[in-house]
Amino acid sequence: MSLLQHLSTTISSSSSAFLVHSNFNSRTKNVSLQAKRNSIFKCVAAVPKESQTAYKTNVSRNGNLAKLQAGYLFPEIARRRAAHLLKYPDAQVISLGIGDTTEPIPEVITSAMRKRSQELSTLEGYSGYGAEQGEKSLRAAIASTFYTNLGIEDDDIFVSDGAKCDISRLQVVFGADVTMAVQDPSYPAYVDSSVIMGQTGQFRKDVLKFESIEYMKCTPENGFFPDLSGVCRTDIIFFCSPNNPTGAAATREQLTQLVKFAKDNGSIIVYDSAYAMYMSEDNPRSIFEIPGAKEVAIETSSFSKYAGFTGVRLGWTVVPKELLFSDGFPVAKDFSRIVCTCFNGASNIAQAGGLACLSPEGLKAMHEVIGFYKENTDIIVETFNSLGFNVYGGKNAPYVWVHFPGQSSWDVFSEILEKTHVVTTPGSGFGPAGEGFVRVSAFGYRSNILEACKRFKQLYK
Amino acid sequence: MQYSQLSTRICIPYAVSLQPKTTWNRPKFNNEKSTVGHCTRVPRNANMEKLQSGYLFPEICMREFEHSQKYPQAGLIRLGVGDTTEPIPDIITSAMAEHAHALSTVQGYRGYGAEQGDTALRKAIAETFYRDVGVKANEVFVSDGAQCDISRLQMLMGPNVSVAVQDPSFPGYIDSSVIVGQAGMFQDENGKYENIVYMKCGHENNFFPDLSTTSRTDIIFFCSPNNPTGYAASRQQLQQLVEFAKANGSIIVYDSAYATYISDESPKSIFEIPGAKEVAIEVSSFSKFAGFTGVRLGWTVVPEELLYLNGFPVIKDYNRIVCTCFNGASSVAQAGGLACLSKDGYRALSAVVDYYKGNAGIIADAFASLGLKVYGGKNAPYVWVHFPGMSSWDIFSEILEKTHIVTVPGRGFGPGGEEYIRVSAFGQRERILEASRRLKNLYK
Repeated sequence: MSLLQHLSTTISSSSSAFLVHSNFNSRTKNVSLQAKRNSIFKCVAAVPKESQTAYKTNVSRNGNLAKLQAGYLFPEIARRRAAHLLKYPDAQVISLGIGDTTEPIPEVITSAMRKRSQELSTLEGYSGYGAEQGEKSLRAAIASTFYTNLGIEDDDIFVSDGAKCDISRLQVVFGADVTMAVQDPSYPAYVDSSVIMGQTGQFRKDVLKFESIEYMKCTPENGFFPDLSGVCRTDIIFFCSPNNPTGAAATREQLTQLVKFAKDNGSIIVYDSAYAMYMSEDNPRSIFEIPGAKEVAIETSSFSKYAGFTGVRLGWTVVPKELLFSDGFPVAKDFSRIVCTCFNGASNIAQAGGLACLSPEGLKAMHEVIGFYKENTDIIVETFNSLGFNVYGGKNAPYVWVHFPGQSSWDVFSEILEKTHVVTTPGSGFGPAGEGFVRVSAFGYRSNILEACKRFKQLYK
Repeated sequence: MQYSQLSTRICIPYAVSLQPKTTWNRPKFNNEKSTVGHCTRVPRNANMEKLQSGYLFPEICMREFEHSQKYPQAGLIRLGVGDTTEPIPDIITSAMAEHAHALSTVQGYRGYGAEQGDTALRKAIAETFYRDVGVKANEVFVSDGAQCDISRLQMLMGPNVSVAVQDPSFPGYIDSSVIVGQAGMFQDENGKYENIVYMKCGHENNFFPDLSTTSRTDIIFFCSPNNPTGYAASRQQLQQLVEFAKANGSIIVYDSAYATYISDESPKSIFEIPGAKEVAIEVSSFSKFAGFTGVRLGWTVVPEELLYLNGFPVIKDYNRIVCTCFNGASSVAQAGGLACLSKDGYRALSAVVDYYKGNAGIIADAFASLGLKVYGGKNAPYVWVHFPGMSSWDIFSEILEKTHIVTVPGRGFGPGGEEYIRVSAFGQRERILEASRRLKNLYK
């Protein structure tokens, strides 16, 4: 089997084997390979030889896509993992890179999905198109489970096929002419979707940032909460708490500051609370716990990391009625229009699963699985602490953010992979302020977590 | 059951019920200033303002709801939104049930799938639908449905491309074009967006556009068998279309969601036409083929040969969109999809398709018996009825009022739909027969 064939069957994103770094120029026959410091960027030529004489349409490539520097981060990690497996076919590779859940879904939830599937082959139980915004019962259950006493109503909830998809839908709502701020580091979908929408300028290689995006640095020095006094006003502010990748959970006081900042600036916060149930401490689990937030914030969340629904695909976004554009038009109306036009609802089977997740039994079962991953996180934290590293996160999120001062995070990633066969995620993949850090995910079989930690201890003793 | 189904399909309660021709760029949703609190300083997306009304199908739902409130005992028959009604064959739902069960086991649990889709499913799609035309598994991108894929393709293409659509056409093409910023302003005088090229498909030209008078655009949306007209383009016509695209350097986005309804020799895929792989993308869906309207599964084929002006392969950018803005179709739905494409699954589904086609025949006959010119219904689950000189919303309202049958006014599909209504053939046979009876009595 050829390398390319093998890669395409083993890695999660087969076609991302095309490119790591694309620096396509129509006049050059070969892609210029840019050696990114010491990283290995294996690059397949952007224009296959055959197509140099091949028929080309007259349609110009979307310039926004050309601004993207490389493939999306996680398929890149998958590609590296696959390449490593080829190199060391007998190695027991342990994946603590992509935050992919590993524990089976509790039966109370899967049996609801089974039941719904079976009902679809009966006359009484068959249903066709569902409401694009989600099934009423599920919207109600989400509102009452996560937003009790916060004044969020059932119809403020929009059920989806996941937070990542919702982020892009929100970008479509906002359009190309808004400015945005992100935490630095942050989940790459915020920046990448912004580039694709045309909100940004070019990528600046000197500072490793896209023009027009306001990067709000989050580091140990500022307790992973941005110094808002130094942040320029933008229309949209993406804020994730508990944070991916740093694991930091903003305090009530910090979020109050953030809401005030948004209010004073007339900005909209897109608050990503996908990891809220991992919180150990007393921090707010929803932005709507902060008074006034309904006038300035949207919240997006997901069943992925709560219920192991990474493959099942289910999430939701809350758009309060009080949230208005500058002309007074309710944001929820445009979001609903997008949802009706560019989407057709989450799978009814996934939604049945979601409803079961929010039953008392389902919630209990989810808490158990989350507890399991949190124990994994503790083990990883303890390991790196014992090795003398500065370790962040891990308390309120299934991610451990380990500091390797002065080192290139891709180098550290490569070294760890090469020497311990453990996949992590280099911090710089999340933004320039992620440089010098590595994110270790806590999803995995206990035995793998323990084995990985054993290997870390070997490497760094 | 019907009414509760209705109410769950209504958009947010305060969505204004609209007459189709009104615009509603009213800045304040709530007229009482005192209840309007803080306004952000974020400007509303100007493209959203260009949309003329709500999306067509929720609008139809709204009318249905109002009508059912007015006539609760009427026995409403819904031949409007093309919503499947027949249960999904057991062989498919049990595959989904089994997959769901497997997710609760250590050996069977799966997390994130490939964003492009499960390998086995991609392969099965390629082999089932594209075996003789050389489409490869890695050119197939599994999705949560064609409507979603159309918007992803629009994001891919970006705001600076020009677009042509058939007139009439599935509203998702135009609406997504407006949203992405390709369409320019809506022109009240002709009911068209200024930058979109509308390729008229009417009875005068046998529902295939006159390409000799069609301006060049970057993208050409083409649906065959067509929603709403039901017309399936011939091999010769598609050859013309491919030549036209090639001559103009355009990209065809070919929507083949109803291909399995084809009764005659019409091509089922654009890739049956030589040269199409250099000029076309094909989008399709399990919705109308497998009753997956709620389950959510479809696919898009982007051939490796399809290149932008600068030689960059379109498939690479599409892949990037799929990896960044999407996270794959539900694994449960995909397990169902695989079962759909098994020999037994496919056979079972063909029987359901035949059932709907039977419905279409009954509906077509009913309208024909009224002396009306009826189109479609043979290669698609839609019947397209001509009411010369009449407003399609008026016909829609009259039929609804007098027979309690919901249809879709042709105007909702574009100005070329005026004078026509679309009647969907999804429904239980008794309801279809009842509809047929009511229609036949309509003008007695």
